Amino acid sequence: MSTATSARPLTAPSSHAPRAGGTPRRSRTRTRLELALLLAPGLVLFVGFVLVPIGVAAFYSLYSWNGFGPLTEFVGLDNYVDAFSGEVFRGAIGHNLIIATLTVVVQLPLSIGLALLLNRRLRGRTFLRMVVFAPYVLSEAVTAVIWLLMLQPGGFVDQVLRGAGLGWAVQQWLADPKIVLYTLFVVITWKYIGFGVILLLAGLQGIPAELREAAALDGASSWQVTRHVVLPLLGPTIRVWIFLAVIGSLQLFDLVWIMTLGGPANASTTMATYLIDHGFKRYEFGFGSAVAVILFIICFTFALLYQRFALRRDTDGALTRAVN
Amino acid sequence: MSRRNGVGYLAAFAVIGITVVPLLFVILGGFRTTAQINRAPAGLPGPWVWDNYLEVLGSAQFWRLLGNSALIAVIATTLAVGFGSMAAFALSRYAFRGREAFYTLFTLGLLFPLGVATLPLYLWLRQLGLLENPLGVAIPEAAFSLPITIVILRPFMNAIPAELEDAALLDGTAKLGFFWRILLPLSRPALATVSVLAFVSSWNFFLLPLLVFNDSTNFTLPLGVAMFQSEHSQDTAKILAFTALSMIPALTFFVLAERRMVGGLTGSVKG
Repeated sequence: MSTATSARPLTAPSSHAPRAGGTPRRSRTRTRLELALLLAPGLVLFVGFVLVPIGVAAFYSLYSWNGFGPLTEFVGLDNYVDAFSGEVFRGAIGHNLIIATLTVVVQLPLSIGLALLLNRRLRGRTFLRMVVFAPYVLSEAVTAVIWLLMLQPGGFVDQVLRGAGLGWAVQQWLADPKIVLYTLFVVITWKYIGFGVILLLAGLQGIPAELREAAALDGASSWQVTRHVVLPLLGPTIRVWIFLAVIGSLQLFDLVWIMTLGGPANASTTMATYLIDHGFKRYEFGFGSAVAVILFIICFTFALLYQRFALRRDTDGALTRAVN
Repeated sequence: MSRRNGVGYLAAFAVIGITVVPLLFVILGGFRTTAQINRAPAGLPGPWVWDNYLEVLGSAQFWRLLGNSALIAVIATTLAVGFGSMAAFALSRYAFRGREAFYTLFTLGLLFPLGVATLPLYLWLRQLGLLENPLGVAIPEAAFSLPITIVILRPFMNAIPAELEDAALLDGTAKLGFFWRILLPLSRPALATVSVLAFVSSWNFFLLPLLVFNDSTNFTLPLGVAMFQSEHSQDTAKILAFTALSMIPALTFFVLAERRMVGGLTGSVKG
């Protein structure tokens, strides 16, 4: 997103504002000082706590290390080889991909539908919006605990299903390795659907009403207006949402950690839970760092490819504009 | 048109049901006893029991968790918005070589999941002696909130007319004075948006506090909820009351800030 930005010239008010007093040299020194003063705190914070740790992870990943004492056991790329040859980690990548795919395929139409609905003049629309967004502001921990309790065997969900005559559908929601991932996906959808709706609503509000009215005057049905006018104009927002949703799915951690710890039998392990499990629970800091680097590379590659092929396609994409 | 609205209302009804029922389950469950819940998980309170809520509200633990969360969120938000707005000002209203490179550096941060950095971050914090310290959570949270803060603030500051700045400079105001007295007050809507984002993400954050804090007196609310759930696994009603109460701050904050958030996003992610 940043590269797209740099092409666009920014107005530089300071360059054409004649300065009152002071020689050019002194004012240049002064400007440098001001810049240093303004940029330094943010840079120190950002470099020290975001960039350095990530760089250091790449370094640790070449060692076999338990987190204490000096780094002595250099193992080269063995940690990476180990990670990829382990079935659990490959499974974890698979789980992340399944969640990412489901998210796009299921949540996207749902969010669009909800956003269109909430953009209509319905009675109680404000209240509806509040309701849809509410789960999004709850912490993952609260969400996990709520659903953990509702999904208990013989608990709320089971009872409601039985009461509705759907007793046959009752499952071991979190204990059945075949089902647990999909159960988690439902919880994820409940929690995050509001975010997609917020973004899309913002996008919808950016579409001039005249466009729809013109199409309607030309005899387009409301479905046609939606399909051929609204959705294409929503394209940039949708692409941004897909980007954020996929990155989010690849980094899924909190909900899974609290609800299943990746179980049963690793059926819901994600890359991030695998990373924390090995790094912190088993003190395999070198190996854990390698997993972290892999996770980072996967996210980064996706981001670059997506940027290149999806976001760039419309030169005036939403992200580009957001950045500008 | 009316048929379409009929379908709309039906859909709206379904959405409300699916979203609200779990929340009601928690809130109403807090007014029942565990025995009541076990007998009929989907039932209503009868009779209403206040003990669960009163016990949680009377416990020092709950208030301590709340205080810890608030302290950390305030520090993280202050740092992120303070440093972020300074950097955004430099990156939007100064012309200098390398400006875009700096900006790119910050935007890179949008791609870094905190999860990736946690292992080395943890070691780094250990070295700095920041484990078991609220700053050990607040500072990294602020660092990870910086990119989005700058990405939202820069275009906003950029859009403020250059004439205002020229006028201020001609009047003899220093550039930093312009930033402090004119630009920041004018940027209030965008500042509100980034503050909400930084605050909420800090408030809900789970992984970093989980690693930094071992001593449960330092725990934040999300950690506390998870801990309470595993410690009182036999007492469903009490967990529900505890969870319900811990939802209140986030929901209140959200109700107050909702309009702002959508408004702020409308500005930055226009389609």
